Order: sequence, then C-alpha cells, then structure tokens
Amino acid sequence: MMLADILTIILLLGGAFFFLAGTIGLLRFPDVYTRLHALTKADNVGLGLIVTGLAIQAQSWAAAGKLILIWLLVLLAGAGVSYLIANGALARGVAFWKR
Amino acid sequence: MEAVGLWQSAFDLMLGFSLFGLAWRMLFCADLFKSIVLFITFGLLMAIAWVRLEAPDVALAEATIGAGLTGALLMSAFAKLRTLDNSLKSGQPLLPRPRLHVINFWIALLFTVLLTGGLAYAVLSLPSHSPGLSDAVMSQLDSSGVTHPVTAVLLNFRGYDTLLEMAVLLLSIQSVWSMAGMSDAGEVHTSPVLNVLIQLLSPVLILVSAYLLWVGAHAPGGAFQAGSILGAAGVLLVLSGRPLFNLKKSWLIRLMLVAGPAAFIALATLTLINEGQLLKYPVANAANYILLLETLATVSIGTTLLALFVGSQTEAVQQDQSHQ
Repeated sequence: MMLADILTIILLLGGAFFFLAGTIGLLRFPDVYTRLHALTKADNVGLGLIVTGLAIQAQSWAAAGKLILIWLLVLLAGAGVSYLIANGALARGVAFWKR
Repeated sequence: MEAVGLWQSAFDLMLGFSLFGLAWRMLFCADLFKSIVLFITFGLLMAIAWVRLEAPDVALAEATIGAGLTGALLMSAFAKLRTLDNSLKSGQPLLPRPRLHVINFWIALLFTVLLTGGLAYAVLSLPSHSPGLSDAVMSQLDSSGVTHPVTAVLLNFRGYDTLLEMAVLLLSIQSVWSMAGMSDAGEVHTSPVLNVLIQLLSPVLILVSAYLLWVGAHAPGGAFQAGSILGAAGVLLVLSGRPLFNLKKSWLIRLMLVAGPAAFIALATLTLINEGQLLKYPVANAANYILLLETLATVSIGTTLLALFVGSQTEAVQQDQSHQ
C-alpha cells in the first residue's frame, strides 16, 4: 500500500468523523443556533478533509483543482446560508437556549 | 473486489430505503413546510440514486431542477399560501392538511396498489439483459456531431422530442402568466452577507452554466442542466432584490423565452426543406447546429425557470397586502 493511500484513508476517516459528529450535533443540540454550529463544522472541516483525501488520489491537477473548487463553494454557501438562517431565526424571535 | 461489491450493495439498499422513508414522511407529514424540506432532501438523494444507476445526466438534472428550482418554487408557493391565509393562529402547524375521508382513503389505496402492481409487472416483464437502443446509438455516434451519446440522442437523433419539450416549457410560462399575471418580486431580503454571497456566486454560476453547456458535447451536461443553473442564478438575484428585468414590459425577456423554441423550429423547417426530413443535420455542420441550438435552449430554459419563479411568486401577495 502506497503512502498516498494511507494518507487518503486517514483523511477520509477524519472527514467521516466530523460528518458523524456534525450529524449527532444537528440531532441532539437544543436550539437553531447551536445546531447550525454543529452543521457548519461538518460541512467545512469534514468536507475539507474528504476533498483533500480525494484530491491526493486525483488523476490530474485539473481534477484535484475542481475538487478544491467544490470545497471552496461549499464553504462560501455554508457560511452565508448559516448566517442567513441564524439571522432569520433571530428576526422571528427564536429564543436562545439557556441551561 | 468482493468486499467492495458488498459495501456498494449495502449503500444502495440504504439509499433505496431512505428514499422510500423520505417519500413516506413527505406525503404523511402534517406540516407543509416540513414536506417541502423533505421533498428537497428526496431530490438530492434521488440524484445520488441516479449516479448509482450510472446516469449522471439525469442526476445533474434531478439535482438542479428536481431538488433546487422545484424546491424554490414550492417554497415561494408556500410563502404565498401563508400570506393569503391569515386566520391561522401561530403555534399551530401552518396549513394543516384536511383529513382524508375513509372511503377516499380506500379508493386511493386501491389505485395505488393497482398502479404499483402494474409498474411491477411492467418492470418484471422486461428482458433481464437488454442493450436497448444503445448499440444503434453508438454505431451512429460518429455522424451526430458530438461524442456524448446522451447529447447525440437529445439534440440529434431524437431532436424532435427536445423541440416539443421546449414548446412545453414555453406553454408553462404562458399559462402561469395568464393565471397569475406578471409582476416583479415582492418580498426582498437584503443583508450585507447575502450581497457578498451573491456577488461571489453569480459569476461562478454563470461560468458553471457555460461549462455544462460546452462540456455536454463529450460528457454529461447540456442545455437543461446549464439552463437550470442559469435560472438558479436569476432566482438568487431576484430574491436579493436585484430585478434583472422589468418582467411586465421587457421585450428582451420575451425574446429570451422564445429563442430556444424558435431556433428549433427554424432549424427544423430549414432541414425539412434542404434535407427532406425534420432536424436531419448535414453531418459536416451537425456540431455547429447542436451548439447553436443548445446555447439558445440554455438561455430559454434559464429564463423560463426564472420567469416561472417570479411569476408564481408575487401577484396575489401584493393584492392581499393592498387589501389590508
């Protein structure tokens, strides 16, 4: 097994862990704002790790570049949309969670 | 390889059951808003299912039109319904669905069982390993002007079907306009973050649309996928309060709506006169004709989807607000 393969496996497993953690957070966290926090971790870091792991295996620089471009787009959309959802929730008076 | 096949089967099974579960929840959910969100999720998973069936063209179309633009249309219809129905108290699920009468339930169940049975019979009676028409397509691919078989079928071998699809799109926007009237976007949300997001995303979306259009000649992509992404860019712009066109007056938008169907009909007439057959391109020029048709079709599809979104969005809301 090549070094690149081992690196890919580690990165993909790391990405899967972040997605799992993000999903558990989405299901278990108490209010909109904390759920968004969990979700964006999965999107940003989890997808980043998965994209890096796949880019190592890419056949060409162009394919690796497209993968990274997808990640950047998801970063942009994720950050923007989670702000908009949080802002919308705030405007509608969705209460913060308090212990 | 054996282990990989097993994992893939497990994944496919999970995907299938998820689709079934989502469809069930979507239909039986009391809250319309939840149903719409589930519908969008269903569309995204359906796109993955199409990828697993090795139909990336359909997957792209499902993701952009099925999940994306239809989701936006349903959301705007939902917002309109909510505005029209002010009598609901907050706290109740919005727009609760009427309960089915017992007899209606059994009738619906009967028809569903009959339909499912018929479909199952049709699928099971298919030959298990049939190449279909793929051999015929592949043998003629060299004369089509493109190297991607799906594009060859859609724009050349069965161009007539695509012509009719363009006509259906044009009819749909005509009927929306005659029912709802034409108006510009009503409710507008602006925020600095949304503005930056749209400034960054709009050029990217237009670029992706052009890329999908161009790549359709030799890989999955093409006019419908490109057009729906163009339409999505338009929806984003309209939602953020940048009305691209004054839809009531602009002749430009009408021109863009008919460009695709008109080009199809013109080329069909031309080939009927010159070649003696509808949409039978001379082999030497086939690539150029297909690119021309696809470009104009992309513009028309994008404009139609945007106009459907805008047209369905506003008139009733504005009337309702003026009554208060």
